[in-house]
Amino acid sequence: MNKENIKMMDIKNIVLRFGGVVAIQNISFDIFKGEIRAIIGPNGAGKSSMLNVINGFYHPQEGEVWFRGKKRGSMKPYQIAHQGIARTFQNIALFKGMTALDNIMTGRFTHMKKGIFSQMIWEGGASREEYENREVVEKVIDFLEIQHIRKTPVGALPYGLQKRVELGRALAAEPELLLLDEPMAGMNVEEKEDMSRYILDVNSEFETTVALIEHDMGVVMDISDRVVVMDYGKKIGDGTPDEVRNNQAVIDAYLGVSEH
Amino acid sequence: MLYREVGEFKTSYAQDSQTFPIKFDKYRYYFVVLVGLLFVPFVINDYWANAVFLPFLIYAIASLGLNILTGYCGQVSLGTGGFMAVGAYASYKLMTAFPDLNILIIVLLSGVITAFVGTLFGLPSLRIKGFYLAVATLAAQFFLIWLFNKVGWFYNYSATGMITSPDRSFGNFLITGPNATPASKYLFCFFFVFLLAWIARNLTRGKIGRSWMAIRDMDIAAEIIGVNPLIAKLSAFAISSFYVGIAGALFFSVYLGAVEVTEAFSIQKSFIVLFMVIIGGLGSIFGSFAGAAFMVLLPVALKNLLVLQFGWPVDIAAHFEFIIIGGLIIFFLIVEPHGLAQLWNLLKQKLRIWPFPY
Amino acid sequence: MSADFLYTIEVIINGLMAGVLYSLVALGFVLIFKASGIFNYAQGVMALFAALTLVGLQEGRVPFAHLINAMFGTKIHHFDWSLPALLAIILTVLIMILFAILVEKLILKHLVNQEPIILFMATIGLAYFMEGFGDLMWGSDVKTLNVGIPQGGSFWFEDFTIGWAAEGEKFYGMYVDLLDVWAAIIAISLVLVLTIFSQYTKSGRALRAVADDHQAALSVGISLRVIWVLVWSISGFVALVAGMMWGAKSGVQFSLSLIALKALPVLMLGGFTSIPGAIVGGLIIGAGEKLFEFFMGPLIGGATENWFAYVLALLFLVFRPQGLFGEKIIERV
Ligand SMILES: Nc1ncnc2c1ncn2[C@@H]1O[C@H](COP(=O)(O)OP(=O)(O)OP(=O)(O)O)[C@@H](O)[C@H]1O
Ligand SMILES: [Mg+2]
Repeated sequence: MNKENIKMMDIKNIVLRFGGVVAIQNISFDIFKGEIRAIIGPNGAGKSSMLNVINGFYHPQEGEVWFRGKKRGSMKPYQIAHQGIARTFQNIALFKGMTALDNIMTGRFTHMKKGIFSQMIWEGGASREEYENREVVEKVIDFLEIQHIRKTPVGALPYGLQKRVELGRALAAEPELLLLDEPMAGMNVEEKEDMSRYILDVNSEFETTVALIEHDMGVVMDISDRVVVMDYGKKIGDGTPDEVRNNQAVIDAYLGVSEH
Repeated sequence: MLYREVGEFKTSYAQDSQTFPIKFDKYRYYFVVLVGLLFVPFVINDYWANAVFLPFLIYAIASLGLNILTGYCGQVSLGTGGFMAVGAYASYKLMTAFPDLNILIIVLLSGVITAFVGTLFGLPSLRIKGFYLAVATLAAQFFLIWLFNKVGWFYNYSATGMITSPDRSFGNFLITGPNATPASKYLFCFFFVFLLAWIARNLTRGKIGRSWMAIRDMDIAAEIIGVNPLIAKLSAFAISSFYVGIAGALFFSVYLGAVEVTEAFSIQKSFIVLFMVIIGGLGSIFGSFAGAAFMVLLPVALKNLLVLQFGWPVDIAAHFEFIIIGGLIIFFLIVEPHGLAQLWNLLKQKLRIWPFPY
Repeated sequence: MSADFLYTIEVIINGLMAGVLYSLVALGFVLIFKASGIFNYAQGVMALFAALTLVGLQEGRVPFAHLINAMFGTKIHHFDWSLPALLAIILTVLIMILFAILVEKLILKHLVNQEPIILFMATIGLAYFMEGFGDLMWGSDVKTLNVGIPQGGSFWFEDFTIGWAAEGEKFYGMYVDLLDVWAAIIAISLVLVLTIFSQYTKSGRALRAVADDHQAALSVGISLRVIWVLVWSISGFVALVAGMMWGAKSGVQFSLSLIALKALPVLMLGGFTSIPGAIVGGLIIGAGEKLFEFFMGPLIGGATENWFAYVLALLFLVFRPQGLFGEKIIERV
């Protein structure tokens, strides 16, 4: 696939503190259009916090986020969703009281424009919009092979399927940038292979840019184009999987021989 | 076989999102509406209208409204009584200030005014959650009742402090006042119930309903998929209060005719409507009706049984009412948080496979 | 000193004493909330129920007399004995403990891990149930409660303060009700006892451990269910004390359960988890609502106590959602 190295996202000198805890210490990196970018690092390194900064849930004390060549001002998470950034969570954040189908339909929220009065009347405008979006959702459902659980309340689904539904919700938004926080945590080898395949397919078929956090090195090395390595809130490595693999600081961090 | 789902293949998404996917359900719904429209009005008398039908219809509207806010959007409100009072006083002020305004318009406008007030009191929901918010809505309850009780302008400085509904008619039919017939009052309320239930159904099956449920189930995730919490919560407050306001307006102008605010719209009202929603089923349109029917019929049934049948004093029947309602609330929350609506569904499933399971 | 100033002081003193009672009820809420995360709306009805039971035992009323009379056409109402106050209080405490055990067995056990708001609604159901049950058991007539606490204005205090006004001003001394003074003293001692209990006894420490971290407490072998029975018993006791004070003041009747509604804004102000918060919040609200009524009431129609506390708490919360003493929460995902 053709990666012209256009910067979709540019993270500059981010600093994020919680009281005394410095979760992110002056980190910069970029995400190219169309690539799969991995963020790795030991527990508590600040990876999830980084995703939270990207989608506006945390507001860093210092630093800038550039998206599609423009500096982003202070924005709320829902505004960022409307810019075409979708994500999944480390601890599944599905809507427990709704069916799998409804959960994925919520992913279409940013694409549905009909006003409240049209929705009150339903017939005509709102229903048409509903069915058009339902078609997109059905494609996502087919893609993820979860047709059989459409009408199941997500609370009743096993963990692996919940993860898949959550991915479906993010995909339904047809995002430009997809953020995945440990999409394969707690899965067995087979499920991990499935998930890797979905991520690769999304990336190649829909040209969706992906940024993902993952602990399984094998998977990361297999599917990502470039990797950022974080440790104790600092960036200690950045490059292709091969470069990162041979980086001494990274090896030390993972073996626990660090100089802090 | 009473029920068949097999064999009814859904060939389009439109069919899939129907209100009544099973034909039998749809027919039963038509049947109920037709009976309500063509049979009840001809047999209804004062007792049935005042003891059962009018309170049922009006509470159904209130409980639809609260269900939108609490069942769908997850914001518990204990201010329903206060908002009903807003609807009641709005309709009173409108009726007396504009004697020529049609009663239909008056009731709708009362809903709109209540929607504004409700949205105002919904603003704190953007900062506070859960039972902090529930307690905060009590501020609305107490403040509003005090306001209507103390500020003379609201009751047109009447000597008793009560408000009394003047005669208003729709077409040739008197709707309010002591001379209105039970049938015309009933049909007037029936119209609103029909309209509002239909709107509630439409809202909850589409985008805005899903945004409410998303806020209810996980507000953080909702925001991250693009739901603006401000709009989702305030729209739930506005629409819910619109319903509750209409219920309040009908309760005063059509049902009671005269109202003393501290009595008619006390915090007890807030609880009664909340119980309808819990017992009927949180997040269910049908449940709102089931809960309203239950809470209206229970006292009537107890009175008939204990007082008229056994000859017990009235207060003992009232104590039993409290015990039963309280016990049922706990029972439903433990055993079936989706209330009567879910029990009904389970029963239907049983019927569907009976007598040939599998 | 000018008479107006002295009147203001008098209002504040009375407000603070009312506030102590609010704090006492709020304390019952805080105890249960800290240990189990349950916001127990039934706290007020527990106070009513405890007071009803106390009166019933003391006067030797026959439980369910109305019901029995209705069913069998009898005309029973009292046994031919009455109990001394202390014995009746002890028996009532035992009944409140039994109540705590039943609540745990029949309700809480089945609702573990439910959303807090579901538990909250369950306690509203419990409140309704107990209200009906209490009335059915003891009758719904207004009862006078007399456990020997002195009542009426303090002449001593009036005489003591009468000379404070400047020459020539009309001032008759400050009025305080002895009952309020006693209530304040008892409430303060109760707070002290509870603090000592939670600091220095084994169960007290277990209780705090559970409040700090449920999981950790469970893993060191503290039984959550025992703790729940314990806190519900303690707040049953607190409810009894509150019910006694309030009942002695204005009779034991349905409206007594409404003191719970008085305590809710206190909680919003002070935070649901803080004992000092409950006390300070109670005092602020007690004094605040009396002062507001004193200065603003005559201008806007009076009876502002009905809502002042709520509106104050609401405004406060909008600007400081975690309450006076709570810590700011940053949500995680
Ligand atoms: N909302 C918050 N409030 C306080 N501290 C926080 C918050 N979110 C994160 N932190 C702290 O920031 C640091 C980084 O956390 P983060 O969740 O980003 O790590 P992570 O790299 O995702 O770890 P893991 O692999 O365990 O998911 C941790 O020390 C954490 O305790
Ligand atoms: Mg993480």
